[in-house]
Amino acid sequence: MIGEIETLSKSSGGDGRAEEGGDEQFARQDGALKTFKELNKKPTHHRFGLGRTEGIVLISWGFMEGVKLLGTWPSPFSYRVIWALKLKGVKFEYVEEDLGNKSDELLRCNPVHKKIPVLIHGGRPVAESTVILEYIEESWPQNPLLPQDPYDKSVARFWIRFIEDKTPVFFRFCHSTGEQQEEAIREAKKVLKTIEEHALREEDKFFAGDKIGLQDLVFGWLAWLLQALEEVVGVKLLEASEYPRLHRWVQNFRAHDVIRSDLPEHNAMLAYFKRIRETFISSSTSAV
Amino acid sequence: GEGRGREADRGWPSPFVMRPRIALNLKGVEYEFLEEKLGVKSDLLLRSNPVHKKIPVLLHAGRPVCESLIIVQYIDDAWPSSGPSILPSDPYDCATARFWAAYLDEKWFPAMSGIARAQGEEAKKAALDQVVEGLSLLEDAFGKISKGKPFFGGDTVGFLDIALGCFLGWLRVTEKMNGMKLLDEAKVPGLAKWAERFCAHDAVKGVMPETEKLAEFAKLIMAKFKAAAPPPQ
Repeated sequence: MIGEIETLSKSSGGDGRAEEGGDEQFARQDGALKTFKELNKKPTHHRFGLGRTEGIVLISWGFMEGVKLLGTWPSPFSYRVIWALKLKGVKFEYVEEDLGNKSDELLRCNPVHKKIPVLIHGGRPVAESTVILEYIEESWPQNPLLPQDPYDKSVARFWIRFIEDKTPVFFRFCHSTGEQQEEAIREAKKVLKTIEEHALREEDKFFAGDKIGLQDLVFGWLAWLLQALEEVVGVKLLEASEYPRLHRWVQNFRAHDVIRSDLPEHNAMLAYFKRIRETFISSSTSAV
Repeated sequence: GEGRGREADRGWPSPFVMRPRIALNLKGVEYEFLEEKLGVKSDLLLRSNPVHKKIPVLLHAGRPVCESLIIVQYIDDAWPSSGPSILPSDPYDCATARFWAAYLDEKWFPAMSGIARAQGEEAKKAALDQVVEGLSLLEDAFGKISKGKPFFGGDTVGFLDIALGCFLGWLRVTEKMNGMKLLDEAKVPGLAKWAERFCAHDAVKGVMPETEKLAEFAKLIMAKFKAAAPPPQ
């Protein structure tokens, strides 16, 4: 278990502290997010995609290309961008924002919404996770994450829009009790049914076929975050027997190399969402 | 047939239906316009958009495309060599256009349509303030994005022009019904002039509803809404 937050020093300018820990720890990490997945505390600053030997730090192209991501753990909006960048093989710098104390950089880069994630590329900010995903797709054409065919592309975008619109239902499921929660459960199950019947095909591994794409990344939280919410609330929504295609997609998604190496730790998520649920419930009862 | 689209539309008042029509006009694509009867959803609509059962829906070679901005992007992708490009070619400019389009649909337009539904003066003022603030942000964005050119899309009408321009009819109705100027030349000069140019554009002229007709329609809707609304607690 890594007890210290690790960052690497840069050879020229900028922030980042001197590195602690040996070669071995770094070499073991195949995805830098593993660093804070294993940590008890949230990291403040990490470099991704760096290799090193013996005290000589090879700094990679995150700086030249200047790709930086402002995000938070365990935000699904943050993770989908991280996965997209990794699938494209883009090196980037990650900054964990404290939403209770937003950085000047975040406020400057997203003055309209003041939200994460924000991607900063060559000094220019892009906000809104689905906008960022399309930007990544267009800026780095290797390993396409959207279908080439205009019609198939429109279908992917349709479903991306669909799940974005429906996400609040699932958070209501976690934040409410009684009749409100019953209502949220009904709505959530309708959403799952729609996806099962209209969005997924029997023969496909992922939404658009055999390869993972933007649609999978946007739906991704159904494969890791939903399970934590279900456990916190004590109600299972995504039953394998009721939604076999969706269940199979969840397994395929979680098994993907890039996704698997960068999933928020389950127990940490349970603690996090339990706290959030308690906060919401106590604030709503005290408002009576 | 080849190069033709078909569109199911519940009628001229919908800003969302305007969007694909402008895009098709820009591309010079001939299309058949099917007007849905108000209050009755056709089998074709239910078959084409089973998830949302909403218009607009574009049917191209029998395949349905749903959601107004997705349809606009589809039109741009499907007819790449006809007419101007609707989305900017530069990925960053594209992201900027998409960002503001999302803002319009998720924050600004809901605020504007919330004005009429607002219960009480305070709620009404809050909604109006949001709309005014939004226009100020958009004025700023227009300056940065257009870089002195006539439209958000530069020399031609583009994605963000379509995304915002479709709301001009309703904006004018809101001004009329609240006795105030929102697209004020003094406060948002860039947008005010842009609006004139947009409405005068060939691709827009024939599909922009007349403010008077729209205002009458709005009164009808509001009457229905008030009749259906539960009594205040």
